[in-house]
Amino acid sequence: MWTSPLFPEAASTIAPRVDAFYFFLVSLTAFMSILIAVAFFYFFVKYRRRSPDEVGVHIEGGMALEIAWSVIPLIIVMVIFGWSTSLFLTYTRPPAETLNIYVVGKQWMWKFQHLNGHREINELHVPVGRAVKLIMTSEDVIHDVFVPAFRVKADVLPGRYTQLWFNATKAGRYHLFCAEYCGTKHSGMIGEVIVQEPAEFEAWLLTGRAEGSLASAGGKLFQDLACHTCHRPDQTGRGPVLPGLFGRTITLQNGARQVVDEAYLRESILRPAEKVTQGFQPVMPAYQGLITEEGVLQLIEYVKSLGTEPQTQPVRPASGGPAPGETPPLPPKSEVNR
Amino acid sequence: MSPDTSAAAESHRGHHPALVHHFDSLAEQHEAASLGMWTFLVTEVLFFGGALMAYSVYRSWYPEAFASASHHLDITLGAFNTAVLIFSSLTMALAVHAAQLGQIPKLKLFLILTMALGATFLVVKGFEYHEKYVEGHIPGLFPFNYQEEPQFFAHAQIFFSIYFVLTGLHALHMLVGLGIMVWMYVWAHNGTIDRDYNSPIEIAGLYWHFVDIVWIFLFPLLYLIGRHGTTAH
Amino acid sequence: MSATPAQSTLSAKPTLPAISPVMPEHHYLNNGYGLKSWLLTRDHKRIAILYLLSVSFFFLLGGLFAVVVRLELATPAGDLLTSDNYNKSFTMHGVLMVFFFLIPAIPATLGNFLIPLMVGAKDLAFPKINLLSWYIYMLGASFGSWAILTGGLDTGWTFYTPFSTVASTSAVVPAALGVFISGFSSILTGLNFIVTIHRMRAPGLTWFRLPLFVWAHYATSLIMILGTPVIAITIVLVAAERVFSFGIFDPKRGGDPVLFQHLFWFYSHPAVYIMVLPAMGVISELVAGSCRKSVFGYHFVAFSSLAIAIIGFFVWGHHMFVAGQSVYAALIFSILSFLVAIPSAVKVFNWTATMYKGSVTHATPMWYAMGFIGLFTIGGLTGLFLAAVGLDIHVTDTYFIVAHFHYVMVGGTIMGYLGGLHYWWPKMTGKLYNENAAKVAAALIFFGFNLTFFPQFVLGYLGMPRRYHAYPPEFQMLNVLSSAGASILAVGYIFPIIYLLYSLKNGRIAGANPWGAVGLEWRTSSPPPTFNFEKTPSVTWEAYEYPEGVESHVA
Repeated sequence: MWTSPLFPEAASTIAPRVDAFYFFLVSLTAFMSILIAVAFFYFFVKYRRRSPDEVGVHIEGGMALEIAWSVIPLIIVMVIFGWSTSLFLTYTRPPAETLNIYVVGKQWMWKFQHLNGHREINELHVPVGRAVKLIMTSEDVIHDVFVPAFRVKADVLPGRYTQLWFNATKAGRYHLFCAEYCGTKHSGMIGEVIVQEPAEFEAWLLTGRAEGSLASAGGKLFQDLACHTCHRPDQTGRGPVLPGLFGRTITLQNGARQVVDEAYLRESILRPAEKVTQGFQPVMPAYQGLITEEGVLQLIEYVKSLGTEPQTQPVRPASGGPAPGETPPLPPKSEVNR
Repeated sequence: MSPDTSAAAESHRGHHPALVHHFDSLAEQHEAASLGMWTFLVTEVLFFGGALMAYSVYRSWYPEAFASASHHLDITLGAFNTAVLIFSSLTMALAVHAAQLGQIPKLKLFLILTMALGATFLVVKGFEYHEKYVEGHIPGLFPFNYQEEPQFFAHAQIFFSIYFVLTGLHALHMLVGLGIMVWMYVWAHNGTIDRDYNSPIEIAGLYWHFVDIVWIFLFPLLYLIGRHGTTAH
Repeated sequence: MSATPAQSTLSAKPTLPAISPVMPEHHYLNNGYGLKSWLLTRDHKRIAILYLLSVSFFFLLGGLFAVVVRLELATPAGDLLTSDNYNKSFTMHGVLMVFFFLIPAIPATLGNFLIPLMVGAKDLAFPKINLLSWYIYMLGASFGSWAILTGGLDTGWTFYTPFSTVASTSAVVPAALGVFISGFSSILTGLNFIVTIHRMRAPGLTWFRLPLFVWAHYATSLIMILGTPVIAITIVLVAAERVFSFGIFDPKRGGDPVLFQHLFWFYSHPAVYIMVLPAMGVISELVAGSCRKSVFGYHFVAFSSLAIAIIGFFVWGHHMFVAGQSVYAALIFSILSFLVAIPSAVKVFNWTATMYKGSVTHATPMWYAMGFIGLFTIGGLTGLFLAAVGLDIHVTDTYFIVAHFHYVMVGGTIMGYLGGLHYWWPKMTGKLYNENAAKVAAALIFFGFNLTFFPQFVLGYLGMPRRYHAYPPEFQMLNVLSSAGASILAVGYIFPIIYLLYSLKNGRIAGANPWGAVGLEWRTSSPPPTFNFEKTPSVTWEAYEYPEGVESHVA
């Protein structure tokens, strides 16, 4: 694979679009800089001082020129803004169907968890041609996932989830950098994204799966922590019914509406009293400091596996019989992006 | 603006000892000093503004926790202190008035009253802080205690952090203000201040009023909002 | 030719000694020689010299750290320093350069020296406060130095939480105190400028007769007094969090580390304009003086300074496009950031147009003006890449950012600073420096600078993250180029120190107006007397009003 020492490889669906925009801006910069430089040098030579007591011609300025060189740049930057925004919206709107992978950053390593329970450290395997969504959090300080070949980057914050998505187009190994300064071994907090052909990825996914799927690990944790004593499948428990909860909009005690997403589930596990569902008492103990970030992710995945609302995700067990509700690892090849 | 004011003032008086070399007249000097203090107060507004920004953000995120925590502030002492400061603004205004009339004994009296009220405020504030210490409501260094409503344990700490930052900075400003008052008293005493040269008193007064106004904002934000209604569970 | 003082025939203007100028008998430099006469001075010109010496010292110290950083990066492996020492080096480089050099560089030295002269006043409005601001600066700088000596700081100059509050084991509190304290020096400087410009202008000197340098400093002062207190309170919060373990930015207690970033950038983005606006003011003077011509579109250039200062307060979020802010916030900050480009572009176009039919000297200050305009144009245009969220996502936190802000900070501010220093050096010292040496230095700085930082744009788009101690080997070639450029740049910076100091003793006497420029500062002797003017000037002419003279080359 030919790589240039001056330009990064483009290995995701968005990369060529970013590059095109980049080339446009580079050309604009070159054009404007050369324009200014030529004008400057021309005047510098043409109007050089010929005698020591010479002075310049008195010129106040010109309204037409001022307007021209205010309005034309304004139009240009608005065009840039429009182009930039269309790119940005692509960045922020992952396709409906994505392969979700959880990421936990800590000083100074990356931990990745695939839905089927496969974990890796500082290496991330993804298939070609699938939209992949990373759901990320940090155990300590702020980190940042950056994959130059995909042109994607997002901060990884403690105490909340951030996301990014990409769709890799070329098999290969690509740099993964931490791009937010995080202390001593910041430059060692690097890894590789390994993009594989779908079949190869599928095979890889099946290796080393001793621990079972993320959702099943979450289910076990759910039992271990005795969550099931209050969160019962029917209305008899002291806590809300969990099956079918994910994705719904619920009403809180103070009347506010709340979409049940990953962030809300996380908050409700760690600090349940903050946003109590209407009709329930704030009796649940806080699990802040008692569960690891990975444990939280497992629980969330377990809750998601209990069914979602609305039912967008087809429940198709992947080979190896993962928990229900897991995003299918390999859908029929389709246009997920764009 | 300089020419007319200087002309007016020069006819008024020749060379006052307090006139510094680079001004043409005391009036010009006074205007500059006054503008300088106003500019400085703008800076102060933004200084407190940063912390108030943090307050507003967290308040909007955690309204219940903030309401709950504000119940633990002593509203009586807070209200008393508010009255004390409003009254001190009055004595300060009277001090400025006395200075403008050249009534030095009156000026000294009002300065002392202002200082006494300022000191009262700080003493009361000290009691309030002590109370917080006893109740275990100081986050961070000391064990934080929030048995009453444990669900707000985390966010109440944020409230109290902001409470201590805001009131602590305000108290610091009060201390500086007391220092300035002492200085002004010395100047009133040794004759630096007279009917023609009283802008230091006026400038000091601007500062004092500003510090009072900050409290006028802090009191409702920290003590009152969220106290009414049915916020507690 | 260039060093030849163009004395002269600007007969309409007074007090231009004709030939072989002499040093004035009394001036601010010979008004007392003892240490006390300097350390207790209230003369804005002497305070400017105190500042000049201290900021230059911190520039060199900050530069030393840059040298260390570039040496380390010459090889991909982290072999010269330990990771911690590398992290401390780039942090100290940033902290020293930003807070102790770039922010005070032009306002506290050239601004302090020139504003009273340019408005025809005897001094700044509050001379004692001016001196106090220098002492506060020194105190802050001492805390900064203390932080270096007690183990250094490794948070990056941005002090991001929760790293700075929880994780870092370095001297965060002393460094934060240093930044906090020195902030007050800049507040006091800004306050002094505002009051001086409002209240101390000479009779007849209306707002629109003010030199653009003064306008730029007025805009700068607004940012100083409005922005600096916000960083001050932010630092108080960080220190409180570290010392008392308050939880304001602690995610474990529901605190938000991103709030810190908002507060930090609310100041630190406008702070960029504290750095570059004064340089723009300098360039306006340099271009006008070097072309002996009124600045094209005076009003537009003046108001563009204010526009930059004002819009600059509403763009801070563009530092946080990948930090997890909402889509709408990102788009609003993006469009506002694009708007800042307009007044900046207006300035560049107007400076260029000013040369049209001018009488352009090829002396050193004009070289710096050209350097500034060239580098600032690139720095400004690459800013568009970063204002565009869609592209910022890829290039932010990489060397692209590093290159961009060095083009603005070094290519802008330092070029302006050095250009201004060369332009007004004869006024400040009464002596002329060696013109050839100065041109060699200017050329070295220009080429060294480009060699250092241009490759970093490429490096950034390739994906090399900033603040990396070690990096993948494929980035080495560009890093070596950059390090090579840095060594040329270092020589270029040392050079002026030598010939400028040399000129103090051996330079030719400048005379009141060596450039044949207009502006009140050129109407008093060089160096000026302690109270600036023999008698308060009365202004009856417009800014940059050059008398109609010979216009030989104009058709």
